[in-house]
Amino acid sequence: MTDHNGVIRTEKLNLFYGSFRALKDVDIEIAPNQITSLIGPSGCGKSTLLRVFNRMNDTIEGVKITGRVYNGSEDIYHGGTDIDILRRRIGMVFQRPNPFPLSVYENVAFGLRIHSFPGKSALDGIIEESLKSVLLWDELKDRLKKSALNLSLEQKQRLCIARLVAVRPDIILLDEPCSTLDPMATLKIEELMVELKKKYTIIIVTHNMQQAARVSDDTGFMLLGELVEFGKTSKIFTSPVEKKTEDYITGRFG
Amino acid sequence: MRRLKKLRDYIIEKMIFISGIAAIIFVILIFFFLVKEGGSFFGEYNIKDFIFGHFWYPASDSPRFGILPLIAGSLVIVVGATILAVPLGIMAALYISEVAPKGLKDLLKAGVEMLAAIPSVVVGFVGMVTLVPVIKTVFGIPTGLTALSGCIMLAFMAMPTIVSISEDAINAVPWNYKEGALALGATKWQIMYRIILPAATPGIIASVMLGIGRVIGETMAVMMVTGNAAVIPSGFLESVRTMTATIAAEMGETVRGSSHYRSLFAIGAVLFVITFIINFIADTYLHKNKE
Ligand SMILES: Nc1ncnc2c1ncn2[C@@H]1O[C@H](COP(=O)(O)OP(=O)(O)OP(=O)(O)O)[C@@H](O)[C@H]1O
Ligand SMILES: [Mg+2]
Repeated sequence: MTDHNGVIRTEKLNLFYGSFRALKDVDIEIAPNQITSLIGPSGCGKSTLLRVFNRMNDTIEGVKITGRVYNGSEDIYHGGTDIDILRRRIGMVFQRPNPFPLSVYENVAFGLRIHSFPGKSALDGIIEESLKSVLLWDELKDRLKKSALNLSLEQKQRLCIARLVAVRPDIILLDEPCSTLDPMATLKIEELMVELKKKYTIIIVTHNMQQAARVSDDTGFMLLGELVEFGKTSKIFTSPVEKKTEDYITGRFG
Repeated sequence: MRRLKKLRDYIIEKMIFISGIAAIIFVILIFFFLVKEGGSFFGEYNIKDFIFGHFWYPASDSPRFGILPLIAGSLVIVVGATILAVPLGIMAALYISEVAPKGLKDLLKAGVEMLAAIPSVVVGFVGMVTLVPVIKTVFGIPTGLTALSGCIMLAFMAMPTIVSISEDAINAVPWNYKEGALALGATKWQIMYRIILPAATPGIIASVMLGIGRVIGETMAVMMVTGNAAVIPSGFLESVRTMTATIAAEMGETVRGSSHYRSLFAIGAVLFVITFIINFIADTYLHKNKE
């Protein structure tokens, strides 16, 4: 079970920005083909934890990590992991949709071009399939050669998911993917996530507790760099063990 | 008190206005002067013979004012300089903004700015005593005063413009594009090649045009290293003469108001038009980049 590529497990994970300890002894195990949400007040370290999983924190100067992080059976910080391949396997969607200043087609093709160089007809096929899986194909099939920068915010965010799907990752990380979207678009992205979990492990950071309750199977509650409580979403939202969790989900702080 | 303040505001405003207008008026006056002196030349000499004529014998008994060799000379120099300066300049800009560590980055930026500040006579002089002999021995030719020497010196002078403006354009590419590409597992080189360069292209084109605009009007450095033969060149290892060098070299020898004198203004007008077109293209791209 823990050999599954869709599993992420940390042991005594600590992360320092310089001398500031942003993650404190985090032990978490993320199950495959499920949606796991990370909630907690602003600045508690949700994004930081998410960025540990695909080693995006490596791009920030002065970051130091102790403890272990496993993807499947591989220790991704000590096992001689190839970061570029790790990031293909563990994709990330950002808060602000960030399609490249290229055409819709080239956005989806980007990952394929840098990783596998498929032939033209194979490429066309994968792009159609990827856009279909995020329900953009019908809307955009006549605009593939047009710039992706003119799409609506929701379309852009879907496109960012499509460009991950195209390289067939094991895990998709989403950092507040709906925070710039309106409620209707948010619901549509949520439906998409539920659809995608059949194939991928999904981890989402969200400020929106209803969203966590609606879509996720597991939920982790973080506070000041600690993972206070982690378990089934239904349990966290109905009968949390920790007092702090209860205070947060009932809106007493945060 | 309030009155005084108002008066001060009024004076400052007018002064700024006048300075702005003065700049425009100077340009118009220069243009007007060029058209007047150069334009009257075309009253006595056919404009077609002027631009397409093969022979520049301005001081002979039956003078000929064909500037094709001079246009060709300028063209060879500018094209050669561009071929040398553009790839080097863009790579240098990429290196400075994307690869170099912080300390080196600041040092290089300061260095590029210093390069831009060297007067062209000095560049020409240094080229004359260092580059020209090297070219002579490397290619085994009788003289090192060739188009190639001019190209190299001008490339050197265009580089600061190309590097610093390209660097700005590259820096202006938003971090979230790069972040998105990194998160897909792209390497630094893939990101530069596939994301940063395409996104910065309008600014890079503008930098190239401004760099060319700068060297097309350059005079001293070219005059000192190219040999100044007014013949249509057939290669980079031949001596050439540019339009600017012709004006600078011959203006002192002409009689004020003579045909020769006015033909030099006509060359100036041709240069003016060429530079104007290039700057116009550069400007268009710079604006595109801002949007
Ligand atoms: N690059 C950085 N350098 C220094 N400190 C940082 C950096 N990024 C984040 N931090 C700090 O680490 C802590 C956790 O930040 P993080 O962004 O992970 O929080 P978050 O839970 O995602 O918050 P939000 O909900 O506002 O996005 C915060 O105190 C933040 O100030
Ligand atoms: Mg965050």
